[in-house]
Amino acid sequence: MTSPAKPLLSVENLSKVYQGRQTLANRLAGVRPFSVKAVNDVSFEVRRGEVLGLIGESGCGKSTLGRAVLRLHEPTAGRVEFDGEDVTALSAGALKDMRRRMQIVFQDPYASLNPRSTVADIVGLPLRLHGLAKTTQEVRETVARILERVGLNAAHLDRYPHQFSGGQRQRIGIARALISHPEFIVCDEPVSALDVSIQAQIIQLLLELKDEMGLTYLFISHDISVIGYLSDRVAVMYLGEIVEMGPTDDVLARPRHPYTQSLMSAVPDVDAPGKHQRVRLAGELPSPLDPPTGCKFHTRCPLAIDVCRREAPISEQVAPGHQAACHRLSEDLSVRETVAGVQAR
Amino acid sequence: MSRNENLLEVDGLRTVFDTSEGVVRAVDGVDVTVRRGECLGVVGESGSGKSVTFSSVMGLVRSPGRIESGAIRFEGQDLTRLSTREMRAIRGRDISMTMQDALTALNPALTVGEQLSEMLDAHDDDLPARGAARRRAIRDKSVEMLRLVGIPSPDSRLGQYPHEFSGGMRQRIMIAIALAPGPKLLIADEPTTALDVTIQAQVLELISDIRARLGMSVVLITHDLGVVAEHCDRVMVMYAGQVVEEGSTVDVISNPQHPYTRGLLGSIPRLSLRGKPIRPIQGQVPNLVGLPPQCRFYSRCPERTDACLQSVEMRSVGPDRRARCIALTQEEVA
Repeated sequence: MTSPAKPLLSVENLSKVYQGRQTLANRLAGVRPFSVKAVNDVSFEVRRGEVLGLIGESGCGKSTLGRAVLRLHEPTAGRVEFDGEDVTALSAGALKDMRRRMQIVFQDPYASLNPRSTVADIVGLPLRLHGLAKTTQEVRETVARILERVGLNAAHLDRYPHQFSGGQRQRIGIARALISHPEFIVCDEPVSALDVSIQAQIIQLLLELKDEMGLTYLFISHDISVIGYLSDRVAVMYLGEIVEMGPTDDVLARPRHPYTQSLMSAVPDVDAPGKHQRVRLAGELPSPLDPPTGCKFHTRCPLAIDVCRREAPISEQVAPGHQAACHRLSEDLSVRETVAGVQAR
Repeated sequence: MSRNENLLEVDGLRTVFDTSEGVVRAVDGVDVTVRRGECLGVVGESGSGKSVTFSSVMGLVRSPGRIESGAIRFEGQDLTRLSTREMRAIRGRDISMTMQDALTALNPALTVGEQLSEMLDAHDDDLPARGAARRRAIRDKSVEMLRLVGIPSPDSRLGQYPHEFSGGMRQRIMIAIALAPGPKLLIADEPTTALDVTIQAQVLELISDIRARLGMSVVLITHDLGVVAEHCDRVMVMYAGQVVEEGSTVDVISNPQHPYTRGLLGSIPRLSLRGKPIRPIQGQVPNLVGLPPQCRFYSRCPERTDACLQSVEMRSVGPDRRARCIALTQEEVA
């Protein structure tokens, strides 16, 4: 895709390493503390007004990445630029101002709202922090307006989180994120904890708000159907790295990385049950404490060959705006056909 | 249809919970039929009563919950009339259930081998009566069960505790324990909800494989219509404690009769719907205390009329096909 405008968010070679503490006993025994590369050298851009979907299984580092972008987790290395400013270099004060423009909606609507605060306090807090409203009356009026917009109302102002259902709580979380009129929102699995019919309501609401308020989303989910439905571009993560990224239509219609292909085939489809040949991925996600050498996917990849065990593949362009990191890209193999071929033999 | 074809028949089951706010009618007049060898999908959102229905079948409803009325016939025998002791003999041996959250369902203080042996010791009649021979047979069978559910090097893993396994592996262990005595019916309560898609696919295929191999019946409780479409012969849709629609999976998904089923299908985001608005069901599930006798979906139904304010019974709308909506005309049963 050609877009001459500068991206709103630009992430370069971002890494987040969690380091275990060195204890005396370990030092005496000569044991190094553990270290987990939760996010490893990730680069991507998000354009203004776009939804970038970030997909991957539990433990792949997608939530850590979302938080590192906002510096809720301090990145270990790399650079995050938001609207031309280097977020990673901001002082604490400047970061606070920046947070008015960059917000997050959390996955768990039960854990992310303070059970001892009223809705007015929870949603109104950003107004106070950023000095956006002067009087309590003004805070309450602004909160009431945003509650109205997310499908709640002024009668809910003095209630506590436990008096709401999961879907309503998620609406409160969204109201809190939106009240400071941010430009960019990290949506960290905002619908995963909700029932199907409520999930659809929240997705619909997020899309409407995006259009009305001119928002840009980094939308994190493990659900391909959700990502496929609402994102413009998609990035697929595996063990801390982006293995494939590109326009959603292109990536999902013609996935090039064997991991993306397997992920797609694992999703049960209401419309076409059993129509496609299932690619059964052997085993589970390897431990990030001890990631495989070479391509990190090789332990589960049906297409793995010798070189995959030795060298990490470099991401290359496979179509306009569409990149993937796999040693066997040029051979244009389909995991599905390869597996079918092996089974037929 | 010969009577013998039905393994489980539930008639007019009402399970209620006595709470300080009143009587919660969690399951309100539910009929279920499970045929031999079939996989029945039970779909519904939180609070629809799907888990409580099958906990009732298992005799696992505890105070403040109680079965108010209804019959639960397993191979013709009414389970609600059995003593605790008689029920214990059936539970596990003939009907097994796996729970959604494997980490809380497994005992953290016992090894996987101990938990498997306990089940086999209690229910497997083919084992030698006592002594070293019995212990050896139990161990061999335990290893065999872990191998059956695809756990690598089962011999060495018998001595490990649940926390030493991943989520997918724990779900497999629970399935192994449930299947060990060779039950005729396996009730799997949201077996893959906590799992990633690639692992979900592995576990569901495992259940389907074993069902085909052992010829047992499976009840798959889920909120995911995609899972039902891929794995179930028939499906039953539940809403607010009642069954609102049932029939063969293909029929129900391609031609849903109840507005709730249509809403549920319309709520699923899909690739093919990109750019088009999804049509979520508005509102939320009603409070189950003191519900008026009207159609339970009334407050959320886009097609409601005044006629819906009266109570609605399930009506037959085709061969093997029933739905609970006043707008449907009852088909004459020949």
